[in-house]
Amino acid sequence: MMFDLAVLGGGPAGMAAATEAASRGARTVLLEESPLPGGQVYCAPPQGFVAKPDRDRRDGDALRAALAASGAELRTGCRVWGLGGGPLVPAGADALPFTLSALGADGVPFEVSARALILCCGTHERIIPFPGWTLPGVIGLAAATILLKAQGMLPGRRVVVAGAGPLLYAVAAKVLAGGAAVAAVADVATRGEWLRALPALAARPDLLAQGAAWRARLLAAGVPVLSGARVVAAEGDDVLSRVRILARGVERVVEADALCVGHGLVPATEATRLFRARHLHRPEDGGWVPMLDEGQRTSVRFLYAAGDGAGVRGAAAAPASGRIAALAALADLGIGEGHEARRAEQAAALARATRAGAAMARMMALRPEMVAAVPREAIVCRCEGVTRAAIEQAAADGAATLNQLKHHTRCGMGPCQGRMCGEAAAALLADARGVPVAEVGFATGRMPLRPVPMDAILGRFDYADIPVPAPAPI
Amino acid sequence: MTAPFDCAVIGAGVMGCSTALFLARGGMRVVLIDRGDICREASGVNAGTLTMQMTRAALIPYALRAHEMWLTMPEWCAGGSVLATACPGLSVAFTDGEVAMLEERARIRRAAGAPIELIDGRAAQAIEPGLADGVKLAGHCPIDGFASAYLTGRAFRQGLLDAGVTLMERTPVRGVDGRFKLDTEAGPVEARRIVLAGGVWLEDMAAWLGVTLPIKVLINQLVVTERLKPLMRTVLGVASGLLSLKQYANGTVLIGGGWQGIGDRARGGVAVRPENFLGNVRLAAHTVPALREARLVRSWLGLEAETADALPAIGPIPGIEDAWIIGSVHSGYTSGPFMGRILAQAVLGQAPDLPLFHIDRLLHERSNAA
Repeated sequence: MMFDLAVLGGGPAGMAAATEAASRGARTVLLEESPLPGGQVYCAPPQGFVAKPDRDRRDGDALRAALAASGAELRTGCRVWGLGGGPLVPAGADALPFTLSALGADGVPFEVSARALILCCGTHERIIPFPGWTLPGVIGLAAATILLKAQGMLPGRRVVVAGAGPLLYAVAAKVLAGGAAVAAVADVATRGEWLRALPALAARPDLLAQGAAWRARLLAAGVPVLSGARVVAAEGDDVLSRVRILARGVERVVEADALCVGHGLVPATEATRLFRARHLHRPEDGGWVPMLDEGQRTSVRFLYAAGDGAGVRGAAAAPASGRIAALAALADLGIGEGHEARRAEQAAALARATRAGAAMARMMALRPEMVAAVPREAIVCRCEGVTRAAIEQAAADGAATLNQLKHHTRCGMGPCQGRMCGEAAAALLADARGVPVAEVGFATGRMPLRPVPMDAILGRFDYADIPVPAPAPI
Repeated sequence: MTAPFDCAVIGAGVMGCSTALFLARGGMRVVLIDRGDICREASGVNAGTLTMQMTRAALIPYALRAHEMWLTMPEWCAGGSVLATACPGLSVAFTDGEVAMLEERARIRRAAGAPIELIDGRAAQAIEPGLADGVKLAGHCPIDGFASAYLTGRAFRQGLLDAGVTLMERTPVRGVDGRFKLDTEAGPVEARRIVLAGGVWLEDMAAWLGVTLPIKVLINQLVVTERLKPLMRTVLGVASGLLSLKQYANGTVLIGGGWQGIGDRARGGVAVRPENFLGNVRLAAHTVPALREARLVRSWLGLEAETADALPAIGPIPGIEDAWIIGSVHSGYTSGPFMGRILAQAVLGQAPDLPLFHIDRLLHERSNAA
């Protein structure tokens, strides 16, 4: 089925983009992996769950309601595994409509085509490796958020929350509210960093108040909140039983059955890499991001990126960037007119939201000193069991780029395809070579975007109908 | 600048690496230059199939020798290894058309020296329990195997350095003047002889010397599964050659067969074609049904060079003394190290173990190479 516009990813950016485009007359389809649109911050509870509405839920419901009323076609619960068309054509051929190959919620494969594509693919969680980070009981901060928010599930009974950024306090407060103990909060940021971020956060008094409330609850519950602290090891026989935390020169051991740890968010660029869009390395935006103009246009015609996947700015900034992308796409496709006033209004909204969002993104940016502290025996690529020592050996053996590192070590060649380890591996390779991290590049983007069950995409076929090309000469 | 090298090899794929290695072992001072990293194009991303049943008949004597070289690589390349593994190979036919194709191709390959016997489906399943029912005929070759092609650059590097080869990676050559001054991005490099070993870029390289050598570019797609329990123990293909399957020691199954993606010399491998991805994995699932349970995690592309007659270009460049070429070997990875060795023998003034593939046959009459 041919659409004017496809939006990949139904978080706040994607919902707003699809809503804007559809309500302005574009035939629009939104594809989302979760059963309901919302993304991670504004996620909806699963069907049958009753959860107390909070501010995020209300904001998410408003975006969901607008989307439902917009006329955009919704394909939720689907896994998009293949992307094609656009610039991916033989030399000299005209660009094609974009194609998205997906598995539907019903397990049936389908394909959609669209003249323009807005990528709102969000982020991956960054975890800078430490010994024991692969133990059962250790989960990401964002993963903990999903458990707590979407499912009302606690990650453990006695939880250490560690890492960087505002999620730290959100998760700790929710763990407490859920009835579990928070054994410690270990914030890699110092108090000074938070103080320096305050002026930017003043643009969002609501967030400041919420942050203060979270912190007050933790203090009231007697939770030790450690600043300038990092986890040096997660330990236990088969599962996590204790966490070693280093704070201002003092190491302490904290008993815990869960560790929620995250060191920021990394924009998900699988799709823009696959389309060979130009990327820039911008640590303050989360790492590699597609190069964008003021209309959220990538370097590939009719391909746009918005939300945190285009550079981490937070959920509050995402809808405006999604709408700006939609308006640019409508203008480029020649659909409707008079978009300029709306664009200016959204650009102003984006600028406002970006101030606080950028301050938080800086707090969550990759910290070179944490990369430097990764022990040599620590596993970096968990799929393939590649340690820092193996990465350094590969560098000594001549691996200069991330693509070459894969060949030397299989780092990033497992099921996650480097989503989990790629950034840390790149930083460690760059460190070993003594070059800036941008110089080691990123892995080539290829489909499938996610591991795809072969049985599901095969469909029904007859052997005779497989379009086998002519064999090579004998 | 330093004294001229005895030989400059341009292109650090399997052909260039093995040529450079054996030239250096033969006493020459060799520089090996690549615009990118060692073995990061076709030599590092191909399916690593060390099979006779997809090899062109004329190349089988070469492939048999190279098969042995791959298996013993640590011995002749300073411990470098591509984890070459010997196993039986099966080429199967599900239809009458494939039976006819298999019978003809097995006969021709057997005549060329590949010990292929034809067996029925039941016998094939005894060799490969993972094989589907419905096989009408299979070609069984006990000499087969596979390598982890992505290890090729790492495997060659130490051997090259130990042999004294000067390795210049990430150093694009822009052109060649006189005999022979290479214009590189790292400055001029002088050499008494040159070997062009540039894979699909041989056409551009030949043009530096005023030689017109048309090279067709194939854009081969590959797909790999996640790690699986042991499902198969052979290199498995279909008679058409459009499927190659093998399971590595780590459990991943590599699905190839030369299905075409999008790309070209200038842009490299641009994109996998979803419809060819699907066709390739359907063929795989039909042949090894247990693969249906697998998840696919990655696809990629490699560029393969082909001359007008799909036979190699290995030998002197006519009309230009001390200029040599090597490449466009069908299933070139399989035969690669042996091809490099025989070209090195020729450059060193020795008689090659087997004949070269002179390119006179491929040059246009209008060529200004005279």
